[in-house]
Amino acid sequence: MPICRVFRYFWQSLSLLDLKMTVFFYPLRLANCSNSTHSQQLRRSTTMKRYSGFSLFKNALSYHENWQKIWRSPKPKSDYDVIVVGGGGHGLATAYYLAKVHGITNVAVIEKGYLGGGNTARNTTIIRSNYLWDEAAQLYELSLKLWEGLSQELNYNVMFSQRGVLNLGHNLQDMRDIERRVNANRLNGIDGEVVTPERVKEIAPLINISRDCRYPILGASWQPRGGTARHDAVAWGYARGADALGVDLIQETEVTGIRRKNGAVVGVETTQGFIGARKVACVTAGNSGVVAAMAGLRLPVESRPLQALVSEPVKPCLDTVVMSNAVHGYISQSDKGDLVIGAGVDGYNGYGQRGSFHVIEHTLQAICELFPAFSRVRMNRQWGGVVDTCPDACPIISKTSVDGLYFNCGWGTGGFKATPGSGYVFADTVANDRPHPLAAAFNIDRFNTGALIDEHGAAGVAH
Amino acid sequence: MLLIHCPHCREDREEEEFHYSGEAHIVRPLEPENLSDEEWGDYLFFRKNPRGIHHEMWHHTAGCGRYFYATRNTVSYQILETYMVGEKPQHTADSAGASQ
Repeated sequence: MPICRVFRYFWQSLSLLDLKMTVFFYPLRLANCSNSTHSQQLRRSTTMKRYSGFSLFKNALSYHENWQKIWRSPKPKSDYDVIVVGGGGHGLATAYYLAKVHGITNVAVIEKGYLGGGNTARNTTIIRSNYLWDEAAQLYELSLKLWEGLSQELNYNVMFSQRGVLNLGHNLQDMRDIERRVNANRLNGIDGEVVTPERVKEIAPLINISRDCRYPILGASWQPRGGTARHDAVAWGYARGADALGVDLIQETEVTGIRRKNGAVVGVETTQGFIGARKVACVTAGNSGVVAAMAGLRLPVESRPLQALVSEPVKPCLDTVVMSNAVHGYISQSDKGDLVIGAGVDGYNGYGQRGSFHVIEHTLQAICELFPAFSRVRMNRQWGGVVDTCPDACPIISKTSVDGLYFNCGWGTGGFKATPGSGYVFADTVANDRPHPLAAAFNIDRFNTGALIDEHGAAGVAH
Repeated sequence: MLLIHCPHCREDREEEEFHYSGEAHIVRPLEPENLSDEEWGDYLFFRKNPRGIHHEMWHHTAGCGRYFYATRNTVSYQILETYMVGEKPQHTADSAGASQ
C-alpha cells in the first residue's frame, strides 16, 4: 500500500509538470522524428535544454529543483525588427514562426499581463477544422495539421488529444446544414461524416437521444481528428520555442501608444518607455479596438464577454467533445476530470472578463437536457473572456493603412483552435509585407468590398 | 444581470427583456448610392468599440417594443443613463474622463 502511494504521488507530481505523456511517448516519437533540421536549429541557436525521458530522470535525482527556466525575462532593447503586441497563444505563435520560418529573431513580444493570461487561458480548448467555406476551412485545416505535430515541433507536450468532435443537429434544417457542411469539408480534404443518433450514443453513451425532449438529437457531424489540447501548454510551448530562438518576451509591460512618422510605424510607447520597431504586429484579441485607436484606426470588431465554467473533477465519463449550436452548449472532460462547459457570448459589448448569469443558466439547461446524468454535478469555477467578434464570424489577418502596422484579430469565439495556423500565416504576412495566400481572403478590405466569409453557421457560438 | 431603465416604460427591468442593438448615433447616409465602398463599409461594419463610456442602442423587445439609447461603461457595466432616440447623452467619455 505505501509503495502504491509513493508511486501515485510520483505519478501525480509528473502530471503537474505536464510531463507524463512525454515520459512515455517522447522516446517513441523521437525515433520517428523526421524534422531533424528543426532539432538542429533549436539546439544550435540556444542553450535551451530539451525535454526527454532522460532529462526527467536526471532532474528527478535533484528533486526537480534544477530545471532550466522555461524562458528568459529580458529588459527590452531600444529597438526591434518586429514587435508583437500581445503575448497570448496567437502572438507567441507569431513570434515563434517569425524566428523559426523567416529567420527574424530580433523580435519582442510585449504583454501587459503575463503570457497566455487572456483568452488563451480562458477558452474551452476545442480544436476542429470543419468550417463551411473554402477560405476558412483551409486556414483551420492548416492549423489542425500543425497541431498534429506540435508537441514534437516544440519539444513541449501540448497534450493534443484527437478525441473527436460531435456537432449535434436538433431539427431538419440543422441536419441539412450539417450534410452541406460535411460535404464541403470532404471536398476540401477534411475528415468528417454525418452520423445517426444511435452512432452519437455509441460515441458518447451518457447522451440522451430520446425523441421525447424539447430539442431531440436527430444526428450530428463527426470529425474524428478534432479534439482538445492543454491551453496553457500551447502558450508556454510557443513561448519557450520563441525564447530559444532569440525572441524577447517582455511581460507586465503595457503598450500605451503606437508612434508613427510619415504614415509608417516607428515604434510603440509602453509603460517601460518608447521601444522602436520597423514593424508592429498587433494580436490583442478583445483589446484590438483599443490598440487600433492608438494608431487612429477603427476596426469592424466588437468586444463581447464569452463565458465558460468547469465542474468538480469526476471519473472519466465523456471521452469526446460534444457541441450544439442550436441549444448553445458545448462540453468535454479534461484529463483532470472536470467537465469543461462553454456558454454563449453576451449580447452586448463589454471588457469586463465576466458575463451575464442568465447566459450560464441557459447553457446549463442545454447541457442537462443533453446529459441528464450531469444535472447533479457541481460547478467549481466560472469566468469570462473578452472576445473580438467580427460581423462575418471570421478573423482579420491583415496589413493596415499604416505602413508596418499589422492586425491579427476578430477570431471571436473560436480562436484557440487556430493558434498554430494563425501564427504561421500572420508571421508570413508580417515578414513579407504581403498577405500569406491563406490569409489573403481575411484582409480587412473585405468589409469594404463586400467579400465577407459568412461562417456563422459553422462558427456560430459553439467552440 | 443588468437592470435597465426603459425611458418609455419608466421602469427598471431585467436585462433579459431587452435586446442590444449596437452602437448608437450612427446616422444612416441619406444617399447610399453615392457613397464609395470605403464609406459604405465604414457605415455598415466599422465601430468605435471603446473600453469605457459607450453610447448604445437597446430594444425593449419583451416590454414596450421600443428603441432607446443608453450610456454604459463597458468595463464596469454601470449604466450611467438611458435616454430617448433623438436626445443627446448627458454623459460622454470627455465629461466622465472615465475611459479606463
